[in-house]
Amino acid sequence: MSKRAESFPLHRREVAKTLLGAREDLLVVTGLGSTNWDFTAAGDCARIFPLWGAMGGAVPTGLGLALAQPSKRVLVATGDGEMLMGIGALATVAVQAPKNLAICVFDNERYGETGMQTTHTASVADLALTAQGLGIRNTGTITDENELKAELDAIINADGPVFRTIKVRAEPLEFVLPSKDGVHLKNRFRAELLGPEAL
Amino acid sequence: MEWGDDIYKAIKEAGVGQVAYVPDAGHKRLINACIDDNDIKAVSLTTEEEGIALSAGAWLGGEKCVMLMQSSGVGNCINMLSLIETCRFPFCAFVTMRGQWHEFNPWQMPMGTTTKQALQTAGCLVDEVEDPSDVGAKAAATIHKAFVGQQSSVLLLSQRMVPIKTFGK
Repeated sequence: MSKRAESFPLHRREVAKTLLGAREDLLVVTGLGSTNWDFTAAGDCARIFPLWGAMGGAVPTGLGLALAQPSKRVLVATGDGEMLMGIGALATVAVQAPKNLAICVFDNERYGETGMQTTHTASVADLALTAQGLGIRNTGTITDENELKAELDAIINADGPVFRTIKVRAEPLEFVLPSKDGVHLKNRFRAELLGPEAL
Repeated sequence: MEWGDDIYKAIKEAGVGQVAYVPDAGHKRLINACIDDNDIKAVSLTTEEEGIALSAGAWLGGEKCVMLMQSSGVGNCINMLSLIETCRFPFCAFVTMRGQWHEFNPWQMPMGTTTKQALQTAGCLVDEVEDPSDVGAKAAATIHKAFVGQQSSVLLLSQRMVPIKTFGK
């Protein structure tokens, strides 16, 4: 088993904090599972919609949101395993080409929730190249703090769709869980974005 | 299939902003009408399950999304429908049926004969239509059930309403 991810310099919890803090009106969809805990730790709030299931659904959820709200910046933050399960959605995003959508894959080369088994990115698969091949032009891979700093503005502000693989350390972390009540998560997000009359 | 115009009318009257689809012969006329409509974002999917999540995302953003697919695609949606059920998102789909009337392809039978049960098991309310003259009323009711009644609402369009496919055999 490839162990290289155990020494990647970027820590996922710090990356989440940097992204969430970069723009206070950012709307965030996080995928099953570790990115949910990362963004909850960074600051659980109504403008985050975490997916506790629906594996493979983070990117299309973000796409529907981005198309519905073209004047708001939408960030999908998900893991490599979740992304691989719905990889075709990147082509769907490329065809729609929403300017307000960014996708960041926190790639620790592992299935974190099931015992840290390696995903295909640990050996051969390159998600940024895949995104490029599926038609997303603004793609790249971030491997350290300096690159994250340099790319942050593109993720948060550049014309989308933007795709970045962020290589993060495979490390054991404490669970920081958001509410798992889906109706509550939906309602708090809609109330924040659309106002109380949306309920 | 002129009944596609009746579904299109119901979609327009309900103010639907996104229509997600996987290309389908039965829905061709309706899909083309949606693509040609500048007020509808027509989203072509690589697999039907994307459309379930897209619908949820659209609703998070305050927009209605309707999905068009074939019965074979329903099987691709099952786990993703947990998103609709768990979060009680409204969901609306129009499904053209295979595996029913003069089906020539045995590979369409397994999903075609179990579509209704599969959707019901996954938490959807399912209605069916076989008479083209009833499509408009049922389409409007299906959309109403989804977005006003806030349910997961699916209308199955009988294979009897689409031309018999033979591939020349």
